Amino acid sequence: MMKTQSPLLSRRTMLRLGAVSVSMLMIPRIAAATEDEMNEAINAMFGDRVITEGRVNVDLPPIAENGFSVPIDIFIDSPMTEDDYVKQIVVFSPRNPLPVLAQYHLTPMSGRADVSARIRLGGTQSIRVIAEMNDGTLWSGAKQTLVTLAACVID
Amino acid sequence: MRLLAACFLFVGAACSPQTTQREPDFPIEASLRVSGSSFLTPETVAQQNDDFENPGYLWVERGADLFEQGETSCEGCHKNGLEGVATHYPAFDTGTQTLVNLEGRINLCRTRHQGLTALPYESDQLLSLTAFVAEQSRGLPISVEVTPQTQSAFESGGAYFMTRRGQLNLACTQCHDDNWGKQLRGDTISQGHSNGFPAYRFEWEDFGSLHRRLHDCDTGVRAEPMELGSQTYIDLEFYLAVRASGLELESPGIRR
Amino acid sequence: MTTIRLSVPETADRGEIIELRAMIQHEMESGFRFGSRGEMIPQDIITKFECFYNGTLVFSSDFHPGVAANPILKFYARANESGSFEFVWTDQNGQSWSDSAQIEVS
Repeated sequence: MMKTQSPLLSRRTMLRLGAVSVSMLMIPRIAAATEDEMNEAINAMFGDRVITEGRVNVDLPPIAENGFSVPIDIFIDSPMTEDDYVKQIVVFSPRNPLPVLAQYHLTPMSGRADVSARIRLGGTQSIRVIAEMNDGTLWSGAKQTLVTLAACVID
Repeated sequence: MRLLAACFLFVGAACSPQTTQREPDFPIEASLRVSGSSFLTPETVAQQNDDFENPGYLWVERGADLFEQGETSCEGCHKNGLEGVATHYPAFDTGTQTLVNLEGRINLCRTRHQGLTALPYESDQLLSLTAFVAEQSRGLPISVEVTPQTQSAFESGGAYFMTRRGQLNLACTQCHDDNWGKQLRGDTISQGHSNGFPAYRFEWEDFGSLHRRLHDCDTGVRAEPMELGSQTYIDLEFYLAVRASGLELESPGIRR
Repeated sequence: MTTIRLSVPETADRGEIIELRAMIQHEMESGFRFGSRGEMIPQDIITKFECFYNGTLVFSSDFHPGVAANPILKFYARANESGSFEFVWTDQNGQSWSDSAQIEVS
């Protein structure tokens, strides 16, 4: 749970500091979604249509501080013309209370299929993003991020 | 010989003028003092430094609006802005003979010069005005010195920092002087500096004052927290400002 | 009192793809948090964001509780003509906030 980096930190202080983290971890325990629930949500939205991995680039920081506000950037390789554009982007989580985090609807007027936002992450997980093109094809990308546990959480 | 040396010491002490500014000794020596932002991820530092991505600017912008509002607006007196002012707070107010922080100074302006009532501590308006004033000193070094008038406040603030309290029986100094840089669960313990405040904290998902942070620290060690705006916290804020002197003011900072 | 911040370039070349940023002050109360007495804090979130370019919807988003507080978005648009970008946020109860910015396209 805790890494000791120096012998200067006495065992007694260590135990106390540990107590800070345990006693202060009062983050509500909400039933989190599972991988299966995420897949169900994907199924509910897109049915049994084929989803191909690729074209969707998901960028998340390797370490996401405490998960309250994690920057995400989604870029999809698309010319964004009237004939060929990204219609919809959906962000899915296998670990948050709800599996769908956000949806973005683009148009040829978007010019570039690139969206940045900030999301909440209820723990270390691999975020899955699915993009729906105007021709109905579905593409996906994913990115893992490590959400650190705060030392003291006062709630 | 020993007696002679003692006499010299005595004379030396007696001769030194009382107002000599000497930096007080802190457990972390000046060259090792670093801002709380050194313990954040590069992504969070980038967010703090981007005037648009930094959500603290929602409060700065509201503060700018409030600053110019009303018949007796703040701007009416402070036409040239308040660059650098926040780096010298908390400061001694001769009128009330008390130490006041930036929030207190804004409220004194309201009651003394503007014919307005004091804003409640941690109200959105007071936070916004404080953020607007503090932001004008962004990037400037904090510069707060102990004077004869503020000596007792410095001592009481320092005593608060050094005193074990709460059910966990921990003092601020044990984490932020003795164990900074080490891991506590997923966090790296910071030096506990005040230079990012008022700040946007992820855990709050909100903007808040240094006193709100201190209130959380006290709650964290399961001590009875002080009231926001209390003299105890203002004294502690003063001790922290002297301790953080030389560090750049980063408000609106972003903290975990 | 809700503060909105927008970032829209003042000028652009015709056909240029421009970066748009928009942020609104909102708690985005998820509905998954407990208060100090153990009671569930009810959900209170913005559910819809829309961006209109001279009246035409060019980008929109559905927000769920997984969107961070004080939501910010960065996205792009093709600058075809001078005019205005209007940004509209609507919450779960139908209340909405909006702001707009002008652009000169040459």
